[in-house]
Amino acid sequence: MKQTLLSLSNLTKQFDGKKVLDSLDLDILDGEFITLLGPSGCGKTTLLRMMAGFEHPDDGTITLGGQDLTHTPPEHRPLNTVFQNYALFPHMSVFDNVAYGLKMEKRPKDEINQRVEEALAMVQLEDFARRKPHQLSGGQQQRVAIARAVVKRPKLLLLDEPLSALDYKLRRTMQVELKRLQRELGITFVFVTHDQEEALSMSDRVVVLKDGVIQQLGTPREVYERPANLFTARFVGETNLFPGQVDRANGDDTVTVDVFGLKRTFRKPDFELREGQQLHVLLRPEDIRVLAPDEADGVAGKVVERNYKGSTLDSVIHLDDGTEVLASEFFDEDDPAFDYRLGEPVRVSWVDGWEWLLPEEAATFQEEASVDA
Amino acid sequence: MSRWLPRGYLAIVYGLLYAPIIVLVVFSFNDSRTGYEWGGLSWRWYESLFNNRAMVEAMWNSLWLALSAATVSTLIGALTALALHRYRFRGKKVLNGMLFVVMMSPEIVLAISLLALFLLVGLQLGYVSLLLAHVTFCLPFVVITVMARLSGFDERLPEAARDLGANDFTMTRTVLIPVIMPALLAGWLLGFTLSLDDVVVSTFVSGPSYEILPLRIYSMVRVGLKPEVNALGTLLLVFSLVMLMLSQWILTRSKQ
Repeated sequence: MKQTLLSLSNLTKQFDGKKVLDSLDLDILDGEFITLLGPSGCGKTTLLRMMAGFEHPDDGTITLGGQDLTHTPPEHRPLNTVFQNYALFPHMSVFDNVAYGLKMEKRPKDEINQRVEEALAMVQLEDFARRKPHQLSGGQQQRVAIARAVVKRPKLLLLDEPLSALDYKLRRTMQVELKRLQRELGITFVFVTHDQEEALSMSDRVVVLKDGVIQQLGTPREVYERPANLFTARFVGETNLFPGQVDRANGDDTVTVDVFGLKRTFRKPDFELREGQQLHVLLRPEDIRVLAPDEADGVAGKVVERNYKGSTLDSVIHLDDGTEVLASEFFDEDDPAFDYRLGEPVRVSWVDGWEWLLPEEAATFQEEASVDA
Repeated sequence: MSRWLPRGYLAIVYGLLYAPIIVLVVFSFNDSRTGYEWGGLSWRWYESLFNNRAMVEAMWNSLWLALSAATVSTLIGALTALALHRYRFRGKKVLNGMLFVVMMSPEIVLAISLLALFLLVGLQLGYVSLLLAHVTFCLPFVVITVMARLSGFDERLPEAARDLGANDFTMTRTVLIPVIMPALLAGWLLGFTLSLDDVVVSTFVSGPSYEILPLRIYSMVRVGLKPEVNALGTLLLVFSLVMLMLSQWILTRSKQ
């Protein structure tokens, strides 16, 4: 069992009367890669800046390894930050940028030289030590920012959307590189992003935030496959939410639900069910099966959009009652019926057991509005 | 044909701009005593200029005044700009506006009010009164120059420095000042030139104990135009050019 490294408790912060963080509790474990995920304005950046010491909570405490840091200024916190636009010192060379933190610690010159060289080697920039930041590409600047932050061997590295300024391919490379660094250094990473794909692929645990409140805390798999509420379900990944009505609860831990007039048997969820209750059936696009119109199974609809993605074929299907369904299928070249034309009638089904059930939420209507906004 | 029209126009504009300066430089080497005849090459006006003790003294006075006024106004101006940039406080807009009032108000008004103030407090007119006056009119220019630079300043830089272990003072010394250095230099140079060639305010607030160059030239010219003035003008021109080149060099270097 990993130990708690940084513990946030009851953190509350208001800006101009608006609650940005609402009595938030979070324990970050030693050595983990944890991601704060949420739409802009959800409080993730404020939370990170609070850990770094640039913002102060109105209420609550931050402790690191049992030591209270709530009112410690940033320069005395044993953690470092990789800033969104890198914030490299423009008047200093790459070497001096990386050496800055060690100079502040008044380390001997030999040690500084050695550690800076090690840090630059780690991000493969040994040959760029004499350059100025503006002579580097975006990806290289990003590496310098990382080297500068890890050279002090912090207990915790905070990363504020560090990859958002890079193009797609470079992002993927840097994601892999960051994971490698984190494994090699054994430093705890707190990563902020609004990109759910990035969050899922990199993290040990994901914190889904909305309006300063944690919506869900779990492994990427838990967050994706078993979202705690409608917000997480919609925010993380593409989602089909079908309206369902409980037909009857069976004795064997299953429940029969009426979806589009089909009686399907699902695993019993861990919330209370009564007969006739409305609920949401969550199916990811890759759970959906598109069948030929003469099949008996499924719900009738027609294809309105086909999108070739290389490894998958994504389609949008309108059911006869107007519901829009997203489907993402892997190629099966042997299947002649696979490639449907636009407007072609099909039937939509799914594999039972891959669904996830969510209860109706009182605030559903509002939530939908805020997701769109 | 049509391509000669803009070229001719440009030639006329630049001719008008530079003709007087060229005449001044050429005639500073003129051996003839009168200003409108060519009498051959000579350094004599430069010699007589440097033999003119009052003139040399006025020159040093002016340089010293410009140096000190530029330095003091850069110090105060930079701190003012930082405060206006960094903090939100009551009356910030008023303070900001007041800078522009000083900059836009006619110099004569500033001159009279400064003189009235100095007389009121019983300040002896001389170096101190000149310095105070020059700092006053240089200040807004420095503040505006530095604020322009600060507005493009990445707010994450001080945070990065703090994050890496620098306290506020060290951060200012190692990050903030180096980054805004070009603006500080530009502001300083602006203040230096403004101070060096000021006549109106200086006429009012200078005393017999401290004569400065523009006023010396002014009184010299009133008696009659001596070719020494040409030599002096040429020297000032060379000096300004050197200063300009220096500032450009510093600016391009800091961008690298």
